[in-house]
Amino acid sequence: MLQLLHLKKYYATQKAVDDISFTVPQGSIFGLLGPNGAGKSSILRMVTGITMPDEGQILFNQEPFDMAKHSGLIGYMPEERGLYKKMKIGEQVLYLAQLKGLSKQDALAKIKYWFQKLEMESWWNKKVEDLSKGMSQKLQFVTTVLHQPKLLILDEPFSGLDPVNSEVIKNEIFELAKQGTTIIFSTHRMEQVEEICQHIVLINQGKIILEGQVPEIKQRFKLGEYKLVVDGNLEPFTKFIHSNNGNEFVLRFQDKKEYRQVLQYCLDHQFDILNFNEILPSLHDIFIQEVEGTAGRKFDR
Amino acid sequence: MNKILLIIKREYLSRVKKKSFLITTLLIPLLTSGLISTVIYFASTSEQKQLISVYDESGVFTQKIKGNSSFQIQYVNLGLDEKIDTVLSRTNADIFLHIYPFKNNQPDSFILYKNGGVSLIAKEYINDELTNIFQVKQMQDAGINKLQIDSIHKSTISVKSYNLDNHQETSSEIASVIGYVMGFLIYIIIFIYGAGVMRGVMEEKTNRIAEVIISSVRPFELMMGKIIGIAFVGFTQFGLWFILLLLFKVALPLFMPSLQPTMPMAMAGMSNMHDTMQVISQSENAKMYATIMGQNWGLIIGCFLFYFLGGYFLYAAMFAAVGSLVNEDPQEAQQLTLPITMPIIFGFIIMASTVKDPNSSLALFGSMFPLTSPIVMLARIPYDVPTWQIIVSMVLLVSGFLLMTWLSAKIYRTGILMYGKKVTWKEVIKWLKYH
Repeated sequence: MLQLLHLKKYYATQKAVDDISFTVPQGSIFGLLGPNGAGKSSILRMVTGITMPDEGQILFNQEPFDMAKHSGLIGYMPEERGLYKKMKIGEQVLYLAQLKGLSKQDALAKIKYWFQKLEMESWWNKKVEDLSKGMSQKLQFVTTVLHQPKLLILDEPFSGLDPVNSEVIKNEIFELAKQGTTIIFSTHRMEQVEEICQHIVLINQGKIILEGQVPEIKQRFKLGEYKLVVDGNLEPFTKFIHSNNGNEFVLRFQDKKEYRQVLQYCLDHQFDILNFNEILPSLHDIFIQEVEGTAGRKFDR
Repeated sequence: MNKILLIIKREYLSRVKKKSFLITTLLIPLLTSGLISTVIYFASTSEQKQLISVYDESGVFTQKIKGNSSFQIQYVNLGLDEKIDTVLSRTNADIFLHIYPFKNNQPDSFILYKNGGVSLIAKEYINDELTNIFQVKQMQDAGINKLQIDSIHKSTISVKSYNLDNHQETSSEIASVIGYVMGFLIYIIIFIYGAGVMRGVMEEKTNRIAEVIISSVRPFELMMGKIIGIAFVGFTQFGLWFILLLLFKVALPLFMPSLQPTMPMAMAGMSNMHDTMQVISQSENAKMYATIMGQNWGLIIGCFLFYFLGGYFLYAAMFAAVGSLVNEDPQEAQQLTLPITMPIIFGFIIMASTVKDPNSSLALFGSMFPLTSPIVMLARIPYDVPTWQIIVSMVLLVSGFLLMTWLSAKIYRTGILMYGKKVTWKEVIKWLKYH
């Protein structure tokens, strides 16, 4: 769907994006992760045609990205939300939809659909300045997806939303993905990524430091830890015990032979095994581990 | 192309549909005409006459100084040892004129006294009167009789001017008024609507909607859409004013027929030029009407529209660029607009001297340089500018506009996405090099 090839964007004193390449598969939910100032927004601005890369190429459906041709296929919700405060909501949504190339009738029909779906029908004649922050977030989401983009780019879509509205938007995202929309999801909130994304790219200081499928990455970074809840004594295996809390043990093994040994011991002694599972590192931990140590980006331009 | 139309439409409708648009459109002519009629009112209804007490020790001027609509004269004597302070209160006068005795048959001293200082008008009036009387006295002393003196006083010379191109009588006064009014209009237009463009850009930047929109359209389209949309707002406003003016012209005689002859005065008063006002009020209305109608209105209106558009587009692009640099702080906007307002004010100053001397080299420069030509050239047009100069000026304006729009678009494109940091002009110049 989208391919970035050796993308570079340099500002006066810093390399905002430094030779980044990755591919976003069709129909996937793709996480673009990184700490603040890593270069996420710079990449997204190039992908949406807002700025031009200094070097490198962006391919959209195998064709070089062309704003006039492709902007109508992209929906972009920037991190800093923006709407005209004094314009009536209905007119505003209609205007933004028409800018994306929708005809008036078409746009009106879609607005009606979305306003009904998200219970916003009474908003038409209101102004954005009359809305709460969460409400205007919801409105912003609708303006982003209204023209049925093939590629949906969401920069921190849940910031400022209460749990109820977060859930509403999350379900909409899943539904759009189910219908085949490719979604790029940029955030530094890892728990959301784990829940939503299939692929991720982790960038820091303008460079990719990690890339892949979420389960595969977790496998790559696992420490061989297992959680065992057992009604019994594991005295012979103290060398494996990483920590324990009552009858809940965190064990660390070098290979599978070792944990079979422990389990066999439990079975032989007829201990009740209440729980046994592999502990996979959270993306949060991986993120911290990978980003820490590298100097944070400086904004001393 | 379709998208830029959408932007123009939004920019236009969002402004025209506002209540404040209707209010300002109605209020501005009301306020202006209110202001003008106040000026006329005070100019035509003379203030209370000032009483001048004259103590003439020379005897030359006694009973000869004439009063006028503003001043009344009375002759008084000074009591022995009476102080000047008391004369005013004793004679109920506002001003006291002390004429000292002549020395060797030559005037010596003339002194005016008043509590709080003598006005310039009073001083000039007394000066003129005394000079006149003294000149008459000298002529009489030289043996010229009264009849001859009267005929000397009556003889005045009036210069007429003709335009060789169309062999019509021209009026420099009227040309200067027309020039001044049009130059002033352009000046106001650039300021009002240019600042409107800037505010619009600032709004989009601080609302952060700019990023959403330029993911759908190119920044240049957004900028031009806004500039063109606001130009249409300007046209609408001018159209409404024109209609109001026509209504006013029809309705005015019905309400107060007596006011009509003062209309030319109002025109002159607007131009704020003393000399012109006098000349016009002296000339007969009909003749003036003919001269006004005799102007090449086709050329004037054509040029007005051209320079209105050219000047507006040139400056609007610059205002848009500046608007994109501002970060929410209005003070910053003020600082950043300085490089734009300077040439406008400069143009206005050149215009003021142009109406007096339309063919000076300063006027020529001002009417060629794109940043000042919209204001200055319009002030020259009523004086018949050579065609080649108009063409050169127009070509320069169009190229200036293209260059400035190109540069502004580059600044705008980067500036609209820059947040948080105060921008320096040095950085902005660096942006111009981005491709």
